[in-house]
This record gives sequence, C-alpha cells and structure tokens, in this order.
Amino acid sequence: MYKTMIRIRFCEESLVEPIIKGEIRCPTHLYTGQEAIATGVCAALKKRDLVFGTHRSHGHYLAKGGDMRELIAEIYGKKTGCSRGRGGSMHLISKDKGFLGSVPLVGGTIALAVGAALASKMKKERRVCVSFFGDGATGEGILYESLNFAALKKLPLLFVCENNFYSTHLPLREIRPKDNISEIARPFGIPSLKLDGNNVLQVFKAAKKGVSFCREGKGPFFLECRTYRLRGHVGPDDNIQGAHTDIRPKEEIEKWRKKDPIKKFENFLLKNKILRKSDIKRIQEEAEKEVREAHLFAKRSPYPKAKDLTKYVFT
Amino acid sequence: MSSPKRKLQYSLAINEAFHQMMDKDKSVLIMGQGLKSPWYVGSTCRGLIEKFSEERVIDTPVSENAMTGAAIGAAIAGMRPVIVHPRIDFMIYALDSIINEAANWHYMFGGKSSVPIVIWGIINRGFEQAAQHSQALHALFAHIPGLKVVMPSTPYDAKGLMVAALKDQNPVIYIDDRWLYTEEGYVPRKVYSLPIGKGIIRKKGRDITIVGISYMAREAVKAGDTLEKEGIKAEVIDPRTIKPLDINLIIKSVKKTGRILVVDGGWRTGGIGGEILAEVSEKAFPYLKNPPKRLALPDTPAPMSRTLEKAYYIRAKDITLAVKEQLGK
Repeated sequence: MYKTMIRIRFCEESLVEPIIKGEIRCPTHLYTGQEAIATGVCAALKKRDLVFGTHRSHGHYLAKGGDMRELIAEIYGKKTGCSRGRGGSMHLISKDKGFLGSVPLVGGTIALAVGAALASKMKKERRVCVSFFGDGATGEGILYESLNFAALKKLPLLFVCENNFYSTHLPLREIRPKDNISEIARPFGIPSLKLDGNNVLQVFKAAKKGVSFCREGKGPFFLECRTYRLRGHVGPDDNIQGAHTDIRPKEEIEKWRKKDPIKKFENFLLKNKILRKSDIKRIQEEAEKEVREAHLFAKRSPYPKAKDLTKYVFT
Repeated sequence: MSSPKRKLQYSLAINEAFHQMMDKDKSVLIMGQGLKSPWYVGSTCRGLIEKFSEERVIDTPVSENAMTGAAIGAAIAGMRPVIVHPRIDFMIYALDSIINEAANWHYMFGGKSSVPIVIWGIINRGFEQAAQHSQALHALFAHIPGLKVVMPSTPYDAKGLMVAALKDQNPVIYIDDRWLYTEEGYVPRKVYSLPIGKGIIRKKGRDITIVGISYMAREAVKAGDTLEKEGIKAEVIDPRTIKPLDINLIIKSVKKTGRILVVDGGWRTGGIGGEILAEVSEKAFPYLKNPPKRLALPDTPAPMSRTLEKAYYIRAKDITLAVKEQLGK
C-alpha cells in the first residue's frame, strides 16, 4: 500500500511543472493528499471487482492497477493514452483491471456503479462494485436515488465519499446544514462508517469490512472518508501559480499538511519496523523511475490524427 | 406452421421482440416504471415477468435519472438492458445519464468501452393530457452525437427495429407513439431485425415527396391515398430512423419529384423537419421546382382543451391541403 501511495503522489507531483509550463492543458485535478483513500479501498478489492471514478481519479485508476504510461499519455492528449486522447485527465479507463471509467460530471458515475453492481448480481459473479464520489456529489439527487435502489435490490456496491471539505471553492458548511455525510445512507438501511481518510490502515480495514458485506450479498455499504486536497481544485495550486484564487485559509492548509497521509503511514511503517529507511528509499526511487519513464513514453507518443476526429462516435 | 401473413398489433409486435430476444440472449433485461401496471406500457410487456422473473423484468422506483444510469452501468458491465420511460416527458429527468454518459461514453474512452442499451420512450399525445404528458422530443436526441434514434411506424418495423436496437452495440433511443399501439399489420413470427438508418418508400409517386416521421408517416400515406383520387401522385417516405438519417433515399426521391414536404409530430424550430429540408437544400437544390416545406407542431406547449388540441395536431387532411398548396392546386 505504501508503494501505491508513493506511486500516486509522485505521479501527481510530476504533473505540476508540465501544467504550469502549459505542456499539459486539459483540466487536471490532482489527487495529492487523498492517496490513502484510493489505496486503502482498492487494496481491499479483488482484480475482478469494478470501480468508477470522478474528475479527480488518477489515484483510483492507479490504485486499481491502471497503467501509468497510458495515464500520463492520456493527460498529454496522446494516441497511446488510456482513452486514445479523447478523454484526458477526467476520462480514465482501464477495463482489464476493472477500472470502468471516470467522469467529471458530479455524481455522474454513481448510478453507473449501481448498474454494474446489478449486472454483477444478475450474472452471479460476486464482483463488488465501488463508486467514488466527493462531498460535492452529496448535493446531487442521483446519489439518493442510487442509495435507495442499491439498498432495495441489495446490490454489492460500496459507496465511497471522499469528503475533502470543499466542493470546488465552497466549504462544506456552505453546502450542507450539518457535517453529517456518513449519516445520509442510514435512512436507506445502509450501514456506514466515518473515517480518517488520511489513515490508510483505517480506510483499508473499513473497506475490507464493506467489501465483505457486499460480497456476502447483504447489500451496499457506505464510507465517508474525511480528507483534504493538498493542491488546488484543478491544477497544482492557485496560490503557487499566482492567481491566488484558492480561498482556503493558510492555517487550515498547514494543519492538514501535518496530517499528510503518506508521512503518517511512513512513520507507522518505520516505527513498527515493517519497512526500513532503505526500503522507503528504494520504493521512492522505483516510483521516480516509473514516473520519469511514463512522461518519456507520453512525450514520444504521437497525437491522434485529425482525420480520426470522428472515429469512436459509434462502435 | 400458420399463415405467412400473420397480423399483429403494434404493441404486441414489441412484446414479441422482447419475448424472443430475452429467450435468445440471457443478458437482455428490461427495467423502468410501470412494467407491472396494466396501463403504463400497454401490452408491450405482457407475460414477461411470468416467463423471465422479476430479476430480469424490473419495475423500478420513480427515479428516472438513476434508473437510466443504472441501465447504462449494467450495459457497460456486459448486460443488454432496455430502459423504458412510459411517458417520454419523464425521460427528461434522465437526460443527464443519456447525454452525458451513454452518448459520450464510447467516444470519450477512445472506443475502449461501449453502451449497448435501448432507451425506450413512449410519446403519449392528445386526450387533453396537456403540456407535460404530450411532448415529442425526438429532435432533441437526434441532435446528440453518439445516439441512434429510431421511430418505427408499423408493427413490422416496431419488432424489427426493437430487435435491431437490442443487437446494436451503441445506445439506441427507441421512440414510439402510443397512437400507433393498436395498429395492426404483418409481423413475421421469426426473429428478424431491420437495418438502423434505412428508410422505406411507403407509397410510390412522382409529383411530390412527402417525408413522414413516425405516426406522421401513417397520416402521410392516408393523405397520399386521398390525393391519388384527385390525380396527384405523392411519394411517401418513412425514414424509420431519424439518426442516422437515410438522406440518400429522400434525395433520390426529390430528384425525381422536384418537391418536398416534411411532416413531423415535433415542434417546428430546431426540429427534424428543418434538418431534412436543410439537407435537401444542400444536396438537391437545383432539382427543386418550388420551395421545400414542412408541417410541424407550432412552437407552443401541448394544450389541453379539445378545441386547442384540434388546432395543434397534424392530421392527414392538413397534409393534403399543404400538398395542394405546394402544387398550386
């Protein structure tokens, strides 16, 4: 899990410079700071389980086993990207690995995950489906429609709300009367847990519980993972880029920096002698290499040809 | 077995397509509102629950967007769902799932994933049902890249196009008009599918081309019969699919007749009638003997009162008049 978190972090941070330089132009929502959630949840899944993501899904894609080279190439808009340069950062897919798609429409994939869970149940495949969404999606009606139907049909669906306390620019207190996202599933009879989303072990444990519940055919399960993005809503960080439109208070950002999920896990691993400093160094070097090679692959890859503009509208 | 010209009612032709396709393909499922109700979907779903169980025939809560989304998700995960909206007005709740997800899905993932789904909307007009129970929204869906839109007007087409839609790898919007449900016609017993995107000449003629969409194809044929008695030979074309449109069939006819009238049961502005006339103007302008014309609903919500309804909807008589006017007779 540490390796996955590092791969995600290094991948995300490697995008900062190309974004600032304008080499990467598509809207890119970095996952920095939220790595424990994708990592913990996906570690609790089997390869054949299915995942749907959001606008901020590089982490979900990588944690489910998506290829980093295809991810970076996609963000650069290259033909070798996971969506062949038709999707960009917000439309990732790795079907073989069970990552069925991510989209930026808020709450857009929740109902799709319901359907995939329905398909799994009908085909008696015992696949568990995961729907990742943010705190902003709790304002969408489709979430409640989906909770209702998933509970009604006892579908194997794990709802994972990544509450990073900001719906783009608006703080949670301005979009909800109460800080109570973990409670929204209860009226539908769906068990739920409220978690420290920066603690990967806690997320993993809870996800395992939820996944078993789903796999046993008991119905859906809900997790609220409380976290914080350490970069801007879109792009690296408004304040670093000089636009200063990130209205989040500096003290708040600092407070959460101290709760960095990777540092937290690293300390745990070292303290309990699960990893040595040399192991950490090695893992980081490997990740650095993988990231470097992925960028090289992306840069060397061709763009899609203009003549292929209308390819893929229909199969 | 029996007579080769077996006749079947339109709604039962759809029903037969479901029975046969669900039998043939275990991944076909039907979901939507009112499947258990005797009045929502007419006789189109008769006997399905008894035969295929509530696992595969799912009468859903009133959650159009999530239910359509779920059907799309099931399609992505390997099923072949039909999602029905017994009143197409309510399908507007699901535009998000239909347009943002289903229509874009294959393209935005570079062809790596597809959505083999039938999204079925029934137009329920007239009978003083007013603005939110009478809308014909096919032009809206035809506007969206990634969606195919079929509008069968006969029992034969109803079955053939439903089977075709269920075999297609793309999202197909299947729109039928409740007024057609009691129409009877020849329907083969075997499983057959019609090519999506192919129109048909319903009546041969040389004086004018009339293109009728869905129920209007039926009215156009009626008008054609009346005109024939007066010595006017109209060629009636039923496109059957409005996206992709069989424009070549229409162009070929216009090149012969030199005149065109499009009759559509949708609104005038931004409608499919305007689209067809634009195509004809671009591709067959020199062949036109007089300005192309369309009959469509006025840009007005559907009214309630019978006097207003009568003024609102197009009937064969309106088509006859329009043709005569166009021919200067």
